[in-house]
Amino acid sequence: MTDRFMLSRRQLLKTSAAGAALGLASAAFPVSKAFAAAATVGFIYVGPKDDYGYNQAHAEGAAALKGIEGITVVEEENVPETVDVQKTMESMINLDGASLIFPTSFGYFDPHMLAMCKKFPDVQFRHCGGMWDKTKHPMNAGSYFGYIGMGQYLNGVVAGHTSKTKKLGFVAAKPIPQVLLNINSFLLGARSVDPAITCQVIFTGEWSLAVKEAEATNALVDQGADVITCHVDSPKVVVETAAGRGAFVCGYHANQSPLAPEKYLTGAEWNWAKVYKMFVDDLVAGTPLPNFTRGGLADGFVKMSPLGPAVGEAAHKQFDATLAEMMKGGFSVIKGPLKSNKGAVVATEGQAFPETAIELESMDYLVEGVVGSTA
Amino acid sequence: MDATEVGLWGVPLAILGGAIRVSTPFIFVSLGEAITERSGRINLGLEGTLVFGAMAAYAVAVMTNSPWLGLIAAAGAGLCFGLFHGWICKFPKVNDIAIGIALMLFGSGLAFFFGKPFIKPKAPNLPAIPFGGWSDIPQVQAALDVNVLFLIGAVLSVILWWAFRNTRAGLIVRVVGDSSDAARAMGLDPDTVRLLATGVGGALAGIGGAYLSLYYPGSWTERISSGQGLMAVALVIFARWNPLGCFAAALLFGGAGALGPALQSVGVTQGYYLFYAAPYILTLIIMIATSSPTRSLAGAPGELSITK
Repeated sequence: MTDRFMLSRRQLLKTSAAGAALGLASAAFPVSKAFAAAATVGFIYVGPKDDYGYNQAHAEGAAALKGIEGITVVEEENVPETVDVQKTMESMINLDGASLIFPTSFGYFDPHMLAMCKKFPDVQFRHCGGMWDKTKHPMNAGSYFGYIGMGQYLNGVVAGHTSKTKKLGFVAAKPIPQVLLNINSFLLGARSVDPAITCQVIFTGEWSLAVKEAEATNALVDQGADVITCHVDSPKVVVETAAGRGAFVCGYHANQSPLAPEKYLTGAEWNWAKVYKMFVDDLVAGTPLPNFTRGGLADGFVKMSPLGPAVGEAAHKQFDATLAEMMKGGFSVIKGPLKSNKGAVVATEGQAFPETAIELESMDYLVEGVVGSTA
Repeated sequence: MDATEVGLWGVPLAILGGAIRVSTPFIFVSLGEAITERSGRINLGLEGTLVFGAMAAYAVAVMTNSPWLGLIAAAGAGLCFGLFHGWICKFPKVNDIAIGIALMLFGSGLAFFFGKPFIKPKAPNLPAIPFGGWSDIPQVQAALDVNVLFLIGAVLSVILWWAFRNTRAGLIVRVVGDSSDAARAMGLDPDTVRLLATGVGGALAGIGGAYLSLYYPGSWTERISSGQGLMAVALVIFARWNPLGCFAAALLFGGAGALGPALQSVGVTQGYYLFYAAPYILTLIIMIATSSPTRSLAGAPGELSITK
């Protein structure tokens, strides 16, 4: 209770101070510019916002908002997935006056963002990657994500054509559904070229561990993998190490081709600018923000890096054909008959899970052909 | 390309390669800390020095296109951090551990601040010497690409081990570390000796940082260290303040760290979190096996604030 009292006092002080400042400002500048809808939007990143990866992709999306009239963007980087993120959200709301907040990291959702939703019912929160559920979560919360597994499928198509050893490598952080879907999609893309291809996965256990990611990449190359991709926050180390060992790489999160121009095949990139503009347009127009937003290549949420110089003719053709198929929407990566690498049936003959299928967001298996384990 | 399949041999190979690749920052930071602690002070700030050294080396290497100038810059920056710690700690009632923690946060923060513009550009790497030329297996060749800093670290640990026993400077550091009163009686100024010892320790930690950003993993990011500086400080106690022990412990940690990825790569995929804990389990076992209720830690300098 004291906590709440302190806060309301702080809010009171802040409001009166802001009022005084506003009075002063209008006294000093009698002709002040009036905005149709002034709003502050907050972005919170778990790592540095120029990491060639996850956070950079979000920061590029946030940067796209900065030109919009009346919109102020506030950002904070390197915020851990602990009670720290609650403090960051509180200060964005209380000190910067943010009315819409995007906590972008997976671990921010529960319990941190949900706690803030209860505390500030007038502020809108939209989380990247979380599972918003109408029956469990407040209406000022929500989540958005993209079907980037499609991009990893396309990565796999190019990798399948390029690999000579028929062994692919995947450096993964944690066995959560999004990561598992990416690994499975990468392998299934490659198997659409040659069903004998396998993919070795190594989990590092953390989103960002530079030395372990380098070790994992070396171990994969040692075992004969000649195309490497990853799902970690910053693919920089994986891309540079793999290219240094002579392996090809497929990118993730953002475009890493400047790091390895010769060895970079293609990459699955986010296009958050599109998503953030959509939310902010709604905010400016005063329409309620959607609570559950998903989209794929066709919706412009996800895009592919331009194909690199090592991509051959056949790979190019199949890439274009598959991309065209995906642009129609509703493409199914997971379709029967398909077994997990433990032998369990995950899709029966004729059964298919299109990209929009909600079952994919609770994936807990690796498909046949992936060498690795989820625990 | 018959040689691409190394199969299960990949595991010992990865441990060997990992020991050589991963251990170098541990070697330099722990040798630096060994010198500092032998003089009777603890500098916990070496994690910050490591991160700042990594940034300084990378930034200077980008600007001058010379990794060696980067290395010198990292050592210089580390020296400054060390001297700063040593200078503050000479004032009465100053706690060296608290100052160390403050410097750890300060060093990382300062590195993040100055390092922002250097995340994107690419710096030239420090050279490696290929010792694997005798083998035609590419995996062996890759594992035996040994960076010059690793060799320097190995030689340095032998020199330090010898110097602590046989040189005047080594004996001065040890007497100051074991008893300030005895040192003063001999006409030595403990504060000056500790100032210099902490400065040298900082410079070595800076070099460890240069290895991280200029060789392996070989790029500057804010997450480059992930706590290696702190682990290296702990290694010194594990190594009983013996430079040769520091070198061995660093190799052990490097090799054990490579175990998890290597086992997963050959298909041992269950329980990888447990394999990642291998270095720490190993530490616990050795600590328990070598501890004794009847005597204090063997080799601990008497003036160290944790043993007093």
